[in-house]
Amino acid sequence: MSPSNFIFGLFFLSTATVGSAKLAIAGEPEAARQKELVHLVRQDCGSCHGMTLKGGLGPALLPENLRDKPAEGLAATIYYGRPGTPMPPWKAFLSEAEAAWIVDKLMTEFPQ
Amino acid sequence: MRLLLIAFFALFLNACAGPQLRGTSDLGLIIERASGHVTLINTTARQPYARIGGLGDLSHASAVYSRDGRYAFIFGRDGGLTKIDLLEARIVKRIIQSGNAIGGSISQDGRIVVAQNYTPGGIKAFDSDTLELLSEVPAEFAPGHFSKVVGLADTTGNKFAYALFDGGEIRVTDFSHPRQPTTQKFPAGKQPYDGLVTPDGRYYLAGLFGEDGVAMLDLWQPEKGARKILENYGRGQEKLPVFKMPHLRGWSVAQGKAYLPAIGRHEVLVVDVATWKEVGRIPVRGQPVFVMARPDGRQIWVNFAFPDNGKVDVIDTLAGKVVHAFEPGKAILHMEFAPRGENVWLSARDDNKVLIYNTENFAKLGEIPVESPSGIFFTSRAVRTGF
Repeated sequence: MSPSNFIFGLFFLSTATVGSAKLAIAGEPEAARQKELVHLVRQDCGSCHGMTLKGGLGPALLPENLRDKPAEGLAATIYYGRPGTPMPPWKAFLSEAEAAWIVDKLMTEFPQ
Repeated sequence: MRLLLIAFFALFLNACAGPQLRGTSDLGLIIERASGHVTLINTTARQPYARIGGLGDLSHASAVYSRDGRYAFIFGRDGGLTKIDLLEARIVKRIIQSGNAIGGSISQDGRIVVAQNYTPGGIKAFDSDTLELLSEVPAEFAPGHFSKVVGLADTTGNKFAYALFDGGEIRVTDFSHPRQPTTQKFPAGKQPYDGLVTPDGRYYLAGLFGEDGVAMLDLWQPEKGARKILENYGRGQEKLPVFKMPHLRGWSVAQGKAYLPAIGRHEVLVVDVATWKEVGRIPVRGQPVFVMARPDGRQIWVNFAFPDNGKVDVIDTLAGKVVHAFEPGKAILHMEFAPRGENVWLSARDDNKVLIYNTENFAKLGEIPVESPSGIFFTSRAVRTGF
């Protein structure tokens, strides 16, 4: 093994480790599932929050609207709903980790 | 002489090439919610004939028609109001009238188009010729608090009835003097989510989300105030989650009865329009969104909220039960009947198609490729009150 190959091997190992550690923390859904979740948010959450997430009968869900709100509370709102408002619980269709992933994307930049 | 003949012939050809005359009663449009386009269609040919773009955010867009059925006024989610000429297949005029809109309506005399807005909460009246702003009525229900407006419907005398989601009121604004409108206010109940005017223009109903019941106002005797019908239809049972708000319009009335979606129950509620008493409830396969009568009132077609939005149930009003249940496609968002009801057109959003069915034998007649279709609006709406 040449030195350069060895270095490359080390580099590969370290990025792979970092990648999997991140996966474990964020519970990032797989690519196909991410696509489903994005479709769910834009189309079905969009019934009330707008397809562009600028709001409708429900509030706007753009990063500037969510900035001051705790991510955990937002994820709980998706998962359990919010009694007294029309926001229903979505727990039959996604996991808590997926709700957290949606919040994370909403707070930064939601995919098209 | 020869030259003269040629000139004459050219003139004759020119006349032939002039615009073909045609009526508008079998035309319509399909909203393509994601791409800001509308597809123009013909219900006789059952085919599209043009496509127009540049209409902005059309998620939850709706359309109303001028009295002659030639012009469509399209209300976009982003506050866009676009006037389209169906014969020339072009945009006549487009304005941005608010920040967040939910629909609109046109006056009895066809001169005023009114938009209903979430942000800023209220309604705005426009000249239907020029789209010039005539007046604006904010939905202020407490000092400094403006409500989202839902359920705007035209009624007789250039009056418009609507409800305030946050304010819990029904309001009736009279645009007889379009620049000096007057408004009456009626307490209605918790969180009205949509409304309808009966086809005769007499009653306004506002469905309530925050409580079991429907608020009803007799527009012929508004001094009597709004009252509740179908009170406590949920019988205190816990509601099922509602993943999409139902929609109400005058199409709910058939054969002297109103067929209304229950909230948080997989049922269609049946009310006698003479007594406003519940006379039945029909179990269906999900949370109803659109409960639409075929123009003759013999059938009621029902589509559903997520996750049952691939299903459609058909109720026979004579039998009082579902007689046909099927899964025509992915995400059936809207339905529209041919003017006299022999066919129905269904938007299958996630199939990128509009499907056409025979309503008598439920056979599929065809389909049209359309990108992410939602609302379908035929010009037959032009002559109906409350559409």
